Order: sequence, then C-alpha cells, then structure tokens
Amino acid sequence: MLALFTRDLKLAFRSGGGFGLALAFFLIVVMFVPFGVGSDLTLLARIAPGILWIGALLACLLSLDRIFQLDHEDGTLDVLATSPLPLSGITAAKATAHWVTTGLPLTLAAIPLGYLLNLPEPAYIWLFASLAIGTPALSFIGAFGAAVTVGIKRGGLLLSLLVLPLYIPTLIFGAVSVTKSVDGLNPLPSLILLAGLTLFSVVLMPFASALALKANLN
Amino acid sequence: MSFWEYANPVKFMGLSGRLIPVLSVLTALCLAVGILWGFFGTPDDYKQGSTVKIIFLHVPSAMIAINAWIMMMITSLVWLIRRHHVSALAAKAAAPIGLTMTLIALGTGAIWGKPMWGTYWAWDPRLTSFMILAVFYLGYIALWNAIEDTDVAADLTSILCMVGSVFALLSRYAVNFWNQGLHQGASLSLDKEEHVDNAFYFPLLVCIAGFVLLFVILVLIRTRTEIRLRRAASLQARNT
Amino acid sequence: MTIKATNICCSRGPRQVLQDVCFSLTSGDCLILRGPNGVGKSTLLRVLAGLSQQSSGTLELDHEEIAYSGHLDAVKFQLTVAENLSFWAGVYGTDTTAKVIAHFGLNDLADRYAANLSAGQKRRLGLARMTLSDRKIWLMDEPTTSLDAEHTGLIAQSISDHCAAGGIAVLSTHLDLDIPSAKTLDLVQFIPAKGTNTSIFLQGSF
Repeated sequence: MLALFTRDLKLAFRSGGGFGLALAFFLIVVMFVPFGVGSDLTLLARIAPGILWIGALLACLLSLDRIFQLDHEDGTLDVLATSPLPLSGITAAKATAHWVTTGLPLTLAAIPLGYLLNLPEPAYIWLFASLAIGTPALSFIGAFGAAVTVGIKRGGLLLSLLVLPLYIPTLIFGAVSVTKSVDGLNPLPSLILLAGLTLFSVVLMPFASALALKANLN
Repeated sequence: MSFWEYANPVKFMGLSGRLIPVLSVLTALCLAVGILWGFFGTPDDYKQGSTVKIIFLHVPSAMIAINAWIMMMITSLVWLIRRHHVSALAAKAAAPIGLTMTLIALGTGAIWGKPMWGTYWAWDPRLTSFMILAVFYLGYIALWNAIEDTDVAADLTSILCMVGSVFALLSRYAVNFWNQGLHQGASLSLDKEEHVDNAFYFPLLVCIAGFVLLFVILVLIRTRTEIRLRRAASLQARNT
Repeated sequence: MTIKATNICCSRGPRQVLQDVCFSLTSGDCLILRGPNGVGKSTLLRVLAGLSQQSSGTLELDHEEIAYSGHLDAVKFQLTVAENLSFWAGVYGTDTTAKVIAHFGLNDLADRYAANLSAGQKRRLGLARMTLSDRKIWLMDEPTTSLDAEHTGLIAQSISDHCAAGGIAVLSTHLDLDIPSAKTLDLVQFIPAKGTNTSIFLQGSF
C-alpha cells in the first residue's frame, strides 16, 4: 500500500496543477469575501474562522474526483482490485495521498490567508490545529463520495451534493474551535470532538469506500 | 411461511393490491377526522391564537420525515444483506415522500414561527437538523437517478443511506453543539410537549395516525410502480 | 491449480448474456474464448477475475492467483516504464522488475515516459506487469488488439511460456494465435435463447 501512496503522490506532483490549483482556489475564495461583504476589517475578523474553514473545505472538494477517476479511466482500478491489496487499503492509501497533496498544503496556506481576513492573533494556532486535525477527515469522507460517484460521467456536481452534507459536523467542530479562540473561550472541547470525528472517519470510511468501489466495479 | 415471502414481487403485488383500498379508506378517515377536529373542534390557545393549530400538520409531518429515513435505513440494510429487490425499490419509493414531509415540516414550521416569534426562519438546532435531513434526501434521490444499472444503483444508494444515517446523527449532535457554542441565543424551541393539553392531544394522535397511514399507502403505491417499471425494463431487455 | 466453472450465468445490466457456461481447466491449460463482439467474452473474464459477480452458478478458482489484463492498458502516462513496473512490483510484493524489463526488451525504454510509447510497447509493458505479478492464472481481454505480427507473436510466446511453466491462461481474441495445446471455447453456444425468462420481475403476472 505504500507503493500506491507514493505513486499517487508522484502522480499528483507531476500532473501539473493538481495540487497548486487547490491552493489557488483557496486564495481566490478568500479574496472574494471582502468583495462580497465589504472590506470592513472588524467584520472580516468576525467571519474569518468560518470563511477560512469553508474555503479550505471547498478547495478539498474540488480535487476529490481525481482520487479514483483517473485510475478508473485507464483500467488501473480493475487491476488493483485483483491485486493482493484489500480494497479498503487502496481507498485508505489514496485518501491519505489526497490529504498530503491537498489538505496539508491548504492547512499551511490558511495561515497567511488569515492575515488577509484580519484574523485575530490568538486564533492562528487554533486555525492551524483545527485544519491539521480536520482536513484528514475531509479527505477520507470525500474519498467515500468519490468512490460512490466514480462511474458517473461528469459526476462532479453530484459528488458535491453527496459530500457536502457529510462535511457538516467537521466544519462545525473545526470552525467553532477557531471562533471560540477568537472570543476568548475554550476551544479545546470542540477540537477534541473534531479529533474524534477524524479518527472515526479515518478508521471506518475506507471500508464504506471499498464497498462503494466494489459496487462500481461491476 | 415467513414475512420474507413478500420479497417476491408477485406476492408483494398481491398483498399490496389487497391492502391499498382498505388502507386508503382508513387514511382518508383519519386525516379528515384529525384535521377537521384539530382545526375546528379545539379551542384557540390563549397565548398563541389559532395559528398553533398548524401543529396538527407540523408534528405528524416531522415525525414521518424522520421515520421515512429510518425505514429507508432498514430496507437498505435488507437489500445489502439479503439482496431482495423489492426492499431496495421500497427505499427508493420512500425517499421522495420523506423529502416532501421534511419540506412540509419546514414550511409549516415557518408558518407557525412568523406570528409567534416574528421570523419565518431561525437557525435553531431542530430547524437546522431538518434542513440537513432535506439535503440528505436530495442526495439520495439524485444518486438513484444518476446510475443506469439498477442493481449498482441499489447498492450505492444503500451504502449512502447507511453512511448518511451516521453522519445525520453526528450532524444533529454537532448542530446542538454549534447553536449553544456560538451564542446563548433565542432558542425557538418548538417543544410541543409543554403546550399540548388534552384538547389537542387526541386530535393530534388521530392526525399522526392519518399521516402514518398516508405514508404507508404512498410507499406501497410507489413501490408497486417501481416494480412495474423493472418488469417493463426486463421485458424490453429480454426481447431485444 | 484448477479453474472449474459450473453453469455460470453472466449478465450485463438487466440482460443475461451468457447461460450455463461450463468448463474446467488445470495447470498448463490455455483457453481461448471466441465469439462475435458483444457475446460476453469481457463479461465472463471479469466474472472470472472477481470484478463482477455471476448471476448464478459456481466458480472454483483461487482469487489470489489471478492476474487480469483488460481492454485498457492500466499504464500511467506520467510515470516512466521503470516506475510503472516498480509500482506494480511493490503492489504484488515481488522484486523481479529488472529481470522482467530485460525479458521483454524494455531496457531502452525504461526511462521513457509511458505517454510516449506505441501501442505495441504499451502492450509489452502490460505483459511485463502480468509476469511481474508472479501469479499463475492469466486472464486477458483482447490482448492482441491493434498489434502488429511481431507483437502478436510475442504475446503468443509469453502465454505459451506461462502455461508451459504450469500456469493457466484464459484469453479472448479474434486472431489465430499459435499456442500449442490451446483449447477453444465458442461462447455463441451459451447465448440464452430469445425470450428466456430470467428476471425475478418476469415471473407470474401482475
């Protein structure tokens, strides 16, 4: 499975634009907010945690269909399914690769973008922590959505419709922890709940994704 | 023979065909009695006037909205484990009904909310959870429509239903946490238990019974249609 | 090492395409599936590979010994030939990459990106992958499509070598490959008669 993980990383870096695009999208979304709501810094500071989380989440969403689609299109998925690797291992390896190439860069990018939105000082460490803990959940849950829609042509919109409701708990726990830190309250309970959610997703979603892939291989 | 014999389409069509006329009469009766009694036969609430009577539609539709999803969960599980096509089609049939009930619950809630609290909508946990449920229904229905092979569609939608159920529960908890977390705001608790006294209680029960029966016959009718559609597709496949 | 298929019925969507397919293979056997396009050769191969389920019938074979090659090449364009193969070596847990590259004459191509390979070269890469997997049962769907005589000969030779070494091969092709002791199975005989009642939804009347 390590071979699959490293291969996916290599492919993401080589197919130019794979992971840079998510970062660019994150930047653009964050830029849009002042255009949409005005450049009042106090207002921006208030909504920054939510916007940063939503932007990162949407940027993650955009690259989800690559997780399985490319391998499905060139027949690699068929061969992988007959290989010694269990399907759940395949989905877990690919979701992890997705996190490393998407979630992780987004987490890092959120810090400078926070300055654009006037995020208050105490919140940065919590922003980083919540994204670092929460983006793996986004990748693993998203991989499930990708597995369900892999056979559907132009299934990007359907993928979003299926995955976004599943993202709601992660978004809530993540954004609330950052907002609490801005308000001077304790962000830790929310962060712990987020960690629990990520653990749950990382452990269980690969099996659900494997079931979905199996159905689609038919 | 056991309950499972109705997994056979012919047996199911036979039983449902016999049940539907009887249940339809019962449904019409319950709904008519419940709604008329509720709206016209109960006194106006001293605080809330007559708009509170919308609960005779609001409570039953909300209950069905949730129970329809639970029924879909069970029938999806039956499909995944025992591969009974009728079960998968019943889940497919129930989804739009559940969605409509959810929208009715949200709509009647808005109608109730406006004169009561001055707003059609508020982001309180219960309303928000219902909105999330509506989106889950939409995703489920969209997935059924997106896949051509019915067996594959049944598999994928069943898995989605199970995963969605877990996340719907998680969302419920998260939304409760979120609403308290951000501000101790106005909690528009649509908690009917405190308001319902005897005068309302019995008509409400009748309405709930009516809605449950309505759900049952609608699911039966729609499942019969789905079975007929599958039969038509099989006939076409056989003869080409 | 055996494959035993008893009364296998395969479907594509709502249509049953093959009915009561029976055959039995043992080490060293090569089975060539024949039949017009659309008869169900690919469907049967996918069932054998475990990618699809048969609608009825029993199949006895060791899934751990299967190497499958479908219509598509399963070749990653952004990786070089060597990288493609070492990936599969990692997946299958073998390390005969260098040997396999040499055997299939890919030494000169080892550092070329797979996007720049010709059809024949890609097919050689596929064969290399099958050999690399070190698995005994080869299932190949139309391995000879769009190949010239030289490469077709190479495929036939590789399959012969594989069977001679005790493996089993099942493949579909329209060509006459020169594989000693290959058996042929014409799938036309397994097409269900028109109007055969097969779906649970067609029983009874309502």
